[in-house]
Amino acid sequence: MDLGTGVLAVVVVVGVPAITVLYALATEWVLRFLPERGRPRLRPWLWLLPAFAFLGIFLVYPTVYTVVLSLMDRRSEEFVGYENYVDLFGQQLFWQTIANSVMWLVFYTTITVAFGLIVAVLTDRVRYETGVKALIFIPMAISFVAAGVIWNFMYDFNPEVGTVNAAVGALGGEPQAWLFEWPRNTFMLIIVGIWMWVGFAMVILSAGLKGISTELLEAARMDGANEFQVFFRIIVPLLAPTIAVVGTTIVIVALKTFDIVWVMTGGQFDTDVIGTLFYEERFTNRDAGAASAVAVILLLTIIPVMLFNIRRFRAQEETR
Amino acid sequence: MPRNRFLAGIAVLSLLAAACQPSASQSPAAPGGPSEGAEPLGGSISILATWTDAEQESFLAMIQPWVDANGVEVEYEGNRDLSTILTTRVEGGDPPDVAGLPNPGAMAEFARNGDLIDLGDVIDVDAMLADYNEGYIADGTVDGTLVGIFIKIAVKGLIWYNPQAFADAGYEVPTDWDGFTDLVEQIRSDGATPWGVGLESGADSGWPGTDWIEDFVLRQSGPDIYDQWWQGELAWSSPEIRAAFEAFGAWAADADYVAGGPNNVLSVFFGNGGDCLFADPAGCYLHHQASFMSGFFETNFPDVAVAGDTYDFFGMPGESYTGVTQSGDLFGMFRDTPQARSLMQYLVTADAQQIWVERGGAISGNGAVALDAYPDDTSRRIADILTSAEVVRFDAGDKMPAQMGRAFFGAILDYIQNPANLDQVLSDLDAVQAEAYGN
Repeated sequence: MDLGTGVLAVVVVVGVPAITVLYALATEWVLRFLPERGRPRLRPWLWLLPAFAFLGIFLVYPTVYTVVLSLMDRRSEEFVGYENYVDLFGQQLFWQTIANSVMWLVFYTTITVAFGLIVAVLTDRVRYETGVKALIFIPMAISFVAAGVIWNFMYDFNPEVGTVNAAVGALGGEPQAWLFEWPRNTFMLIIVGIWMWVGFAMVILSAGLKGISTELLEAARMDGANEFQVFFRIIVPLLAPTIAVVGTTIVIVALKTFDIVWVMTGGQFDTDVIGTLFYEERFTNRDAGAASAVAVILLLTIIPVMLFNIRRFRAQEETR
Repeated sequence: MPRNRFLAGIAVLSLLAAACQPSASQSPAAPGGPSEGAEPLGGSISILATWTDAEQESFLAMIQPWVDANGVEVEYEGNRDLSTILTTRVEGGDPPDVAGLPNPGAMAEFARNGDLIDLGDVIDVDAMLADYNEGYIADGTVDGTLVGIFIKIAVKGLIWYNPQAFADAGYEVPTDWDGFTDLVEQIRSDGATPWGVGLESGADSGWPGTDWIEDFVLRQSGPDIYDQWWQGELAWSSPEIRAAFEAFGAWAADADYVAGGPNNVLSVFFGNGGDCLFADPAGCYLHHQASFMSGFFETNFPDVAVAGDTYDFFGMPGESYTGVTQSGDLFGMFRDTPQARSLMQYLVTADAQQIWVERGGAISGNGAVALDAYPDDTSRRIADILTSAEVVRFDAGDKMPAQMGRAFFGAILDYIQNPANLDQVLSDLDAVQAEAYGN
């Protein structure tokens, strides 16, 4: 740690609480000038002001600016209306990208949640639960880029390098070029994502599972329910809120996919997703307008998922 | 994008050359700098370039005499993702004083956007023409304004082979086009595999194939067609470009002519594309790649690869036309400061260029750099190919707009994967051409 970092650490540790206290005192000082009755109503808003300022500067302003840029030309100099969107919708590449993103959305989300749930339920019953869960969670600690590099080796065409082709060869099959043919290549990329995120789904679902009272399960079994009925009629409905949270989180991850595709295929062989298309438009084609339009489309697709999440969260709060 | 395509190779090459030649790299004839006798400039200069590690050391060694003479503080930043960083900084209003340019296509975009300083006021172009082939000035010029200079050059389209394997099989280095194709056919009819090709290069996969197409276009149809093509005036579906794709595909997409067949071509990393030259028995006899390939040979086969003994090269012969394709690292000026002016003036001099040449891994475009300065016979012969060629053309894919260049990479992959689909591949490229050049 050099001097600059040390100073920064001191500023953060001492300065942040100090400023917080000072801000609280300052709001009280401001409130003194107001009629007494209005103070309690105004106070929370004053306290929220810094948070709103941060949100405004770092979230709202860039979002609005992106929408504005998406209506301007490639150098953001002239207003072109919705031309960028029309151009995008007219490109075959765009629809290819949407098809891939939908594949990610559907298969990545469902399979990750399903696997996470299965692993959580199965490991709940065994003594070596912690060990198994740790193993499955480990890929979560690897960056997407590193995972992409690892799986590029796994999928290598040369069976002496590619584990997958070595396995295929051992079973008497011919080596396959896994990443060249659509739609198989997108599935192969999705598998990498699943490998990484099943651990996340498993941990959250497992925690939810522990929250289900065993008496309830025992009662169901006493009443003659078999294990499948217990799973589908008791566990799944009770876990539904948790499944929804995990599911929506993974939907957002799926829509934001970039690293795996960029590292493994660079978007070639028809594997582009919204994230890589945005990057190509912005940094390869240097077209700020088209890139912003892609970003806006991504934003619009994510908003319903977020709204769903928020409504779910509210409903849950109310039942509490 | 093409920005990084051969840097890995050059890095390896220069590292090796530096390691082999400590005395040569440590004692360059130190010139006094361009502003001898004048007051030292002082101040500082910010430089952004793609070179890291060994290449960064070579570049810093190259500018050291200038730094010593002028007392300028250098803030050098090397980043492989040059294109993204440079674009962001320029658009954010915080460009470096001078910077490497990712490729001529990006250079043209920066120049047209008014980001690059006109070097016509900075460098004495007439004096430069005494040392440089006109082509180098032309390749750094956009709309009549000189905005880029070459720090170093790489020669493209060399055919690498293994002299020992050639001797064992009784093959001889061809001297003309017919001899070249006869050799390929002979290897084929002897039951061996002529070519080793690797197209994988991460997000830039496919680019080694674009070099093939460029070499074919230049040799089959000549420099005029070549220029029309990269300038977007000739359709991809025209007979000339189609012929180049077909010539490439006849070898690279045919399992009888290429090691491992098309799937292998698509999945082998370009740096390993020539590995089959060293197999025993030979997995392939020929490999088409730029001058930096020797660096990969030396790294992949440290005990086996010996220049002139187990690997060597010959220039791809001319077909209907002769010519050489090359690429190079361009440098431009984004802020008009006295330090930046002085450095740009210095970088084009033979004294400066010679420093990197001596350290290895670089070919200079400056004709005043003596062939003796090259650290070994291989690089000397490569430099000789370039200086003795009548027609030299810059890598077409790099000169196209970025969007076109990237589509070109993808087209190579699509074509090798499915050669019967050439019509579709070319018409897709035509569609991108219509869009990419319009902006």
